[in-house]
Amino acid sequence: MNGADPVAMTAVYDVAVVGGGPAGLAAAACAAEHGARVVAIDQGARPGGQVWRHAHRNHLPALGREWIQRCDRSGARWLPGAAVVDGSARDGLVVVQRAESFLVRARHIVIATGARELFLPFPGWTLPNVLGLGGAKALLDAGMTVRGRRVVIAGTGPLLFAVAATMARAGAHVAAVAEQAPRLRVARFAASLLRHPGKMLQGARYRATFARTRFRPGTWISRAEGTGRLERVVLTNGERTWTEPCDLLCCSYGLVPNTDLARLLGCTVNDGVVKVDEHQRTSDPCIYCAGEPTGVAGDTAALVEGEIAGRCAADDATLQKGSPLYVARDRWRRFTTDLAAAFHPRGELLERPDAGTIVCRCEDVRCGGIDPRWTGRQAKLYTRIGMGPCQGAVCGPACHLLFGFAPGSTRPPLAAPPLAALLPDLPDCTKL
Amino acid sequence: MMSRRFEIVVDGRPIAATGDRTLAAALLNAGIVRFRTSVTGEARAPLCGMGSCFECRVRVNGVAHQRACLLVCEEGMIVETES
Repeated sequence: MNGADPVAMTAVYDVAVVGGGPAGLAAAACAAEHGARVVAIDQGARPGGQVWRHAHRNHLPALGREWIQRCDRSGARWLPGAAVVDGSARDGLVVVQRAESFLVRARHIVIATGARELFLPFPGWTLPNVLGLGGAKALLDAGMTVRGRRVVIAGTGPLLFAVAATMARAGAHVAAVAEQAPRLRVARFAASLLRHPGKMLQGARYRATFARTRFRPGTWISRAEGTGRLERVVLTNGERTWTEPCDLLCCSYGLVPNTDLARLLGCTVNDGVVKVDEHQRTSDPCIYCAGEPTGVAGDTAALVEGEIAGRCAADDATLQKGSPLYVARDRWRRFTTDLAAAFHPRGELLERPDAGTIVCRCEDVRCGGIDPRWTGRQAKLYTRIGMGPCQGAVCGPACHLLFGFAPGSTRPPLAAPPLAALLPDLPDCTKL
Repeated sequence: MMSRRFEIVVDGRPIAATGDRTLAAALLNAGIVRFRTSVTGEARAPLCGMGSCFECRVRVNGVAHQRACLLVCEEGMIVETES
C-alpha cells in the first residue's frame, strides 16, 4: 500500500474499489489475490472504514487486523484520504486526494461505500454532546475519552449494545439503554439470532459489559435539554415519562445505505438499496456492489459480499454458483430482513416533531417552516433545506420518513473538493 | 502503544494532543463544545463522527471548513473554532 503518484493514476487498473471498510477490504484483497491489478480509494486516513476505525492496529479486533494485513499483502494499491467526486464506468473515476485530482480508470468498479446513520430529529438533538451511536463509536475509536461521564444510549438496533459496551469499557457510567422497538420485536430478533450463533455470542458479551444498566425496550427519546450543551434527556415508554441527567447522549435509528456513487454511475437503486445479481453485479455489468449499499446486514455479511464482488470483478472462473460463499451470502441476506423487521422506527417516531425543532442542521430549517404538502424540491427551493454542506446526508432520509420527500437527484461533485484540486495548472496572470 | 504527546493551539490556547487521535476527539477531550456557530446562532459540535454531517467543521492552519473528525492531530496545528 503506497501513496498517490498522480501520473500513474491514469493507468488502467483491472479493478477499482471504492470504500475501505470490510466490503472494500475483502473485495480489494480477493481481487488482487486472483491476479487483478487493484486500486482501492478510501476516504479514511487508514483502512478499515467505520467498523474498523482505529488509532493503532493493535487496537483492532482480530478479524479487522487480519483483513487489513491480508489487503496489505495482496498487492492492492491503497489511496487513503481520497474521495470519488465524479466519473463514469467508461471514462474513469475523478478522484480527489488532498489538493490533487486525478482520473482512475479500471475495467471493473466495486462500490463498497458503506452506510451512514439514520437520524430522526427530536427537540434538543442539535445540542453539543448529542452524538450518533456510530458517531460515538467512531469518536471513541478516534481517541475521545469518556471516563466518569454519564451517558444515555438510545435509538435502535444492535449498535445500542455495541456502543453501550464500548462506553462501559471506556469507563463511562451508562445511565440508561433505551431501545425504541417494542419488547416483542426485540424478543423475536433475539430468537432469530439462533441462525447466527456468532452474533448471539457477541450480543451476550456486550450485554455482560454493561450488566448493571437496565435495558429498556419500548423506550424512546421525547426531548433533550440543556443550555449551550446537553444536560439531560427526557425518555418515554408511552405511558410514563422521566428525565435522565447525562453528559452525553448517543442516539440513532439504524443505517442508511450510501448509494450516491451507485446512482451517479447509473446503477439501478430500488427502495434505497443497490440492485445486484447473485455475483454482486449491479445493473451495469462493469460495476459490482458489496456490503451495506446492497442492504444493511453488518460487517460479516459485507466481508462475504466483498469477497464475491472482488473475485467476480477479477474474473475468477473458479467461483461457482452453489459455492459456500454464495450460501453464506444468502443466509446473511435473511439477516437484513430480520434487522428491518425488528428495528424499523415505531409510529411515534415518525410523527413530525414540534414546529420549533430543527430538521436541517446545516441551514437551521425548523419543522414548522416546512409545508407537508410541498414536494421535496419545493421545500428545498423555499427553505434551503438539504442545501448546506452535508447536502442532505443527515436530513434527507429523515425528511423522506417524516414528509414523504423523494430522494433528490445525485449530481457531481459528490463531495466538495478544494477548487485548486480540480484546476491544478492555472497560469499566473503575470505570465499571460 | 502510546503515541507521542504534543500541543496544538485552539483559539489561541494550547491543548493536549497525540498523533493517534482525531482533531474532533482532542477538542472534545479539552472540553470544547462549540465547534461552530449555526446560521441562527446555536453552538454545534460533532454528531456523526465520520465526515458526513459537517457539524464539526473548524478552521485549521487558516483553511476554513475542515472536518475535525477526519483530521488526525499534527504538531503545530493552529485551530480556530467558528464561533
